[in-house]
Amino acid sequence: MIRVILPVQLCSLANVNREIKLEVKELSSISNVIDALEEQLPMLRGTIRDQVSQQRRPFIRFFACGEDLSQDPLTNQLPEKVLTGEEPLRVVGAMAGG
Amino acid sequence: MSKVRVLVGTHKGAFVLTSDGKRDNWEIRGPHFAGWEIYDIKGSPVNPERIYASQSNGWFGQVIQRSNDGGESWETVGNKFEYDGSPDTHQYYDGSQRPWQFKRVWKLEPSLIEPETVYAGVEDAALFISSDGGQNWQELAGLRRVKGDLWSPGAGGLCLHTIIQDRGDPKRLFTAISAAGVFRTNDAGQTWQAINRGLHSGGELPDPSAEVGHCVHCIAMHPAHPGVLYMQKHWDVMRSDDAGELWYEISGNLPSDFGYTIAIHAHEPQTIYVVPIKSDSEHFPPEGKLRVYRSRTGGNEWEALTKGLPQTDCYVNVYRSAMAVDSLDPCGLYFGTTGGQVYASADSGDSWMPIARDLPAVLSVEVQTLP
Repeated sequence: MIRVILPVQLCSLANVNREIKLEVKELSSISNVIDALEEQLPMLRGTIRDQVSQQRRPFIRFFACGEDLSQDPLTNQLPEKVLTGEEPLRVVGAMAGG
Repeated sequence: MSKVRVLVGTHKGAFVLTSDGKRDNWEIRGPHFAGWEIYDIKGSPVNPERIYASQSNGWFGQVIQRSNDGGESWETVGNKFEYDGSPDTHQYYDGSQRPWQFKRVWKLEPSLIEPETVYAGVEDAALFISSDGGQNWQELAGLRRVKGDLWSPGAGGLCLHTIIQDRGDPKRLFTAISAAGVFRTNDAGQTWQAINRGLHSGGELPDPSAEVGHCVHCIAMHPAHPGVLYMQKHWDVMRSDDAGELWYEISGNLPSDFGYTIAIHAHEPQTIYVVPIKSDSEHFPPEGKLRVYRSRTGGNEWEALTKGLPQTDCYVNVYRSAMAVDSLDPCGLYFGTTGGQVYASADSGDSWMPIARDLPAVLSVEVQTLP
């Protein structure tokens, strides 16, 4: 079980709480988490990762364990504490717009 | 008694305004999709309870919403807009070539005939179709084959903002793109031709009469006059009497040569409406007076409609998709402003009243006339 904290706009879109728990079959990377997220909450498809390019949307950031993982490849191994559910993966809408 | 439902898309959500046929007492519901930009929200002419909304923002991209109960409840449908084949390139502001890249849906146009068919006009400019109520989208890629490499963005982006289906010949479609021009298909979108002859863009194009590259802001066609098209161009108001083969200017005595929107009276195909805006550098009404102009002669001769509209210190804009008509008698008109007002007229434009005053900036206004 993994914990994911979503930005408030996506919580409204999916009608879920800020923090959700996901069962992820092959859990190792942010990409796996997004796959599971989009399968369980299909209304979120394309809102975090572009559906065609499969790249992180430009104003989305990923934080975990006090680290900014946004610039890492989406297929990189997640920190152990995220994999065990001790720490959440935070999906953040980047501060922008003044 | 008939009922009118006005669908308003704004910078920060959608609103549904309803009234009975008298159109003097309005209920406002919303915001739906609060905080998101709603570039368009439009109901199906075949099934008015079916409404589509284009929901987007810069962080989370594009979402398409669908309602099957007149806007009471909503569900997300497909939002994957993938260009057909190699995306190729189009012209950018600086003259360089850039790959086509999907940004948002500007226009959702439900089919006049097929209840599950809906068209989407997108930025970067392309036309998509869904035949399953918005679940899956396919590009009608023949459109971009018409010198797409020469299309360039207007100030608002390279957007396909107007889609018109000919009720008498549903395979004939018209689209308008800023800044590329007007295009027509006679075979349901497989092949297209540019129909921009007569347009002149002397300040914008090296060849003022180029086949493509014109900044068309909005076009309109009355179902009873399917060969007659009206256009609010970046500069000038134009008309074609032969389905776009040739355009000519009908600006006449309008107080400016700039504007975004144009609409046609529901029962009088020669009666048209525009909202003049001062210029492309000052996006507000001339003299601070918000005036709708009406021509009952299909152009050239215009009268200002001012009753009930602010005539001092008004500096709002009215965007291209922000004016629409109902089909009651007398015909009702509606338009929204960047100041968040929605104005309505229940007497063909003779007098106006605000039916919403303080919404977020209005991007689109669509109207449904219900039994």
